Amino acid sequence: MSKTPSTFFNMVLTLFVVSFLSSAGLGWVYELTKDPIEEATRAKKAKAIEQVVPAFNNNPMEERRVIKSEGGELIFYPVRKDGTLVGTAVETFTDKGFGGRVKLMVGLLPNGSIQDIVVVEHKETPGLGDKMEAKKSGFTAQFKGKDPAQFKVMVKKDGGDVDAITAATISSRAFCDALNRAYQTYIKEEKP
Amino acid sequence: MNQWQNFTKGFIRQNPVLVLLLGFCPTIGVSTSVVNGLGMGLAATFVLVMSNIVISIVKDFIPDQVRIPSYIVVIAAFVTMVELLMAGFAPALHAQLGIFLPLIVVNCIILGRAEAFASKNTVFSSIIDGLGMGLGFTLTLAVVGMIREGLGNGSLLGFKLFPGDGALVFILAPGGFLVIGYLIAVVNMIIKRQEK
Repeated sequence: MSKTPSTFFNMVLTLFVVSFLSSAGLGWVYELTKDPIEEATRAKKAKAIEQVVPAFNNNPMEERRVIKSEGGELIFYPVRKDGTLVGTAVETFTDKGFGGRVKLMVGLLPNGSIQDIVVVEHKETPGLGDKMEAKKSGFTAQFKGKDPAQFKVMVKKDGGDVDAITAATISSRAFCDALNRAYQTYIKEEKP
Repeated sequence: MNQWQNFTKGFIRQNPVLVLLLGFCPTIGVSTSVVNGLGMGLAATFVLVMSNIVISIVKDFIPDQVRIPSYIVVIAAFVTMVELLMAGFAPALHAQLGIFLPLIVVNCIILGRAEAFASKNTVFSSIIDGLGMGLGFTLTLAVVGMIREGLGNGSLLGFKLFPGDGALVFILAPGGFLVIGYLIAVVNMIIKRQEK
């Protein structure tokens, strides 16, 4: 079989057919994976909430509140045990990361101190900034049990109390920024 | 050339990274640890085999002047499919590789094999070529990842080998170039020895 000659009509037709078939294939895979992906995202968030707050038995997803913040929104997930509020998981963000947006899930106790923090989403440099993930270094451990009212959430270089990640000061600053945003909004919303 | 030679050429003789010197961007970017290297290599192998199959089937229908855009569309479609499937059915692996997966589109190895091999050979040879080249790429990434993770982070597959942070330069791009430079020298030596 001889090769199709490069006439204008052939070229347009070929590109059309190739793009059409590729997008049809993509559309099919998208439909196929849409529900599993949504399910996985929801499971990931639920797991992040469980990790950062004390044991609870309500459904925080149903009670969530969305609060506008400069450049985006924070989501508050109140968690209750037998009806009493035991903490709030705050999904917060910052755009000051080295690779753009960083999203954290911060667990705050009713007295305002930090229970734990999980990184939900980031694009920081692998091997440097990604050490903000709890499984890659002990960076997040230093926040456990601290009350941002006494513990200044800024890296030591900027006059705060936070030990930055080696060679990843920008990522560490972004982490503090997101955490501060969560804490300030929480104080404003819950303790007016 | 029989199919066995066709399969094994990707490992040393025509190793895509160390001999053909293709695909440096993903190599430097991803090979900071063994796990990242392996995951990226296997995802790239899958895309390489699939795009080689499709391109060797349609090669006679595609006019020469539009072959590159056509190949890129095919490759990009497969990469996006891999990404969606991984996000849906293997979210843990997707979280690990997340930012590197879309990089496979711009991986010159895949377009290079489409252009240099799949567009001139049968479907079966193209599958073997894709597998061999893909596994050669995976092996290279794993070796580079092993050296960089070991020297730069003091760990292997996530387990600490010695305490401390290691030599930071090996995690950064310059260290990647250093490691790859030495590996190229080693591969050249092996090829010279074989020729004698």
